[in-house]
Amino acid sequence: MEDKLILAIESSCDETAAAVVKNGRGVLSNVISSQIALHTLYGGVVPEIASRKHVEKIIPVIHEALKEAQVKKEELDAIAVTYGPGLVGALLVGVNAAKAMAFALDKPLIGVHHIEGHVAANFIEHPDLEPPFACLVVSGGHTHLIEVLDYGHFNIIGHTRDDAAGEAFDKVARAIGLGYPGGPKIDKKAKEGNPEAIPFPKAKVNDAPYDFSFSGLKSAVLNYLNHAKMAGETVNDADLAASFQKAVVDVLTEHSMAFVKERGYKKFAAAGGVASNSALRASLENACRKAGVDFYVPSPILCTDNAAMIGCAGYYEFLKGARAGLDLNAVPNLKLGER
Amino acid sequence: MKILSIESASLAASAALIEDDVLLAECTSNYKKTHSETLLPMIHEVMEMAGTKPEELSAIAVSSGPGSFTGLRIGAATAKGLAYALDIPVIPVPTLDAMAYGCFGSSFLLMPFMDARRNQVYAGIYEFEGDRFLVRKSSFAEDLGLAVEETKKLSKETGKQILFLGDGITTLKDKLTALMPEGLMMAPVSQRFQRASSVGALAFQLYAQGIYERAETFLPVYLRKSQAEREREAMGLSTEGEMT
Repeated sequence: MEDKLILAIESSCDETAAAVVKNGRGVLSNVISSQIALHTLYGGVVPEIASRKHVEKIIPVIHEALKEAQVKKEELDAIAVTYGPGLVGALLVGVNAAKAMAFALDKPLIGVHHIEGHVAANFIEHPDLEPPFACLVVSGGHTHLIEVLDYGHFNIIGHTRDDAAGEAFDKVARAIGLGYPGGPKIDKKAKEGNPEAIPFPKAKVNDAPYDFSFSGLKSAVLNYLNHAKMAGETVNDADLAASFQKAVVDVLTEHSMAFVKERGYKKFAAAGGVASNSALRASLENACRKAGVDFYVPSPILCTDNAAMIGCAGYYEFLKGARAGLDLNAVPNLKLGER
Repeated sequence: MKILSIESASLAASAALIEDDVLLAECTSNYKKTHSETLLPMIHEVMEMAGTKPEELSAIAVSSGPGSFTGLRIGAATAKGLAYALDIPVIPVPTLDAMAYGCFGSSFLLMPFMDARRNQVYAGIYEFEGDRFLVRKSSFAEDLGLAVEETKKLSKETGKQILFLGDGITTLKDKLTALMPEGLMMAPVSQRFQRASSVGALAFQLYAQGIYERAETFLPVYLRKSQAEREREAMGLSTEGEMT
């Protein structure tokens, strides 16, 4: 088969990203312009600021991706773009730039689900990985336990009933003054603390063994802080971060392994921004080793939002013949598996 | 020379294709539908109607603001994507300038305005001296009362009656009527709303003056910072983050 070159564009939250991907799994370039420093001032992502920054960065980032890949626009076989879920104003920038380029260059356009992109990040770094497998997707906005039945074909086994795992990290980080983004900051702080110091609850959802709930845990942390403050006690932030992180990691690991065992999966993957958390990676890897299951996780750079993963997911959509029209819109609440 | 022009700054979505002094095709909608869904199909349509291939375009003109933040971004991202793909420049055309230019040769003092919410309008004040287009006050954000007062002052100086245009007329009609007890003159629907052909017509003038940009650097003019930035500034804090 002839080589297929896909230009992928991602702008769903606070990174403007573009990549050129060859035959789905060969990353020729992966350019990311992060806005984290800007949003840190506000303690979280400000949608209007993010959207404006995307407008500023979108073409320079695309240009850089093509240049680095040494690919001419005319040589592309298709353009893939994240069209949801995410911040609507942010998504619109990537979607409209992608549509305009596809129209002007007369190339097929492929709309990609952001979370499917995260799952696909695993294909890039693990050439041997093929569906079916079980996968835990954890990010700032998502916590899903899924079966990847085939490329672009998913079965949702469990999801969060309230906060996403990454959201809980951000909120707890803010509460103990670590700031934004919470995930990496808690991860770092937790390394100095004792994860057994404070017994936080591990929330179970009745009648739904694979669902998650993190708002109770978040409240328990906030209560613990309030209680200590009223009693005039000083809180050991490192112990608190480590104990909170352990509570999240334990639940994610237990649910994942219970499902893998129940269905007899021999392959398990993790994906999404929170999958770059060192404690979660270690815990899942350890649990998989004990269970005799192959464990896959992308390196941290491919866990965070990037366009290479969108190019990979887009490639398999492209092979299936999926094409988006020029009326493709941003869908901020796009559900996994929805087209 | 063929220029494709795009207008999505406010309620209207519009695309036009102009070849020198001929408007080859234009498509405009003032129907509440997401610009993101309508704009590119419209562009496709006008290009098809005029039997024009994207490679034949010399520049992309875009209504550059002020206007709805989302609308401006849809237009900007579309213009940038087209211009970058085709290696041609973007001609930014101030939204209100284009609206006034659509009333070419008018003997009135022109005040196009859009509802900017938060008790403000985006407005500009223009007039023609024969065929010379004069920007008396370029795009500004202001309370409608103050904007009208300023226009009235110019009206007295120039002896020209005021002609209002823009979709602000629709949403702020009562307020505007109260501000104009001497009588209110409004442009007919054909000239009242944003149209890509006006953007394109003015774009040819700007292009001849060397006013155009690269796709990489073009940015819309929002006139207003984001609410988060305004709040931070009100507290006397910096809004500059270290970019990576």
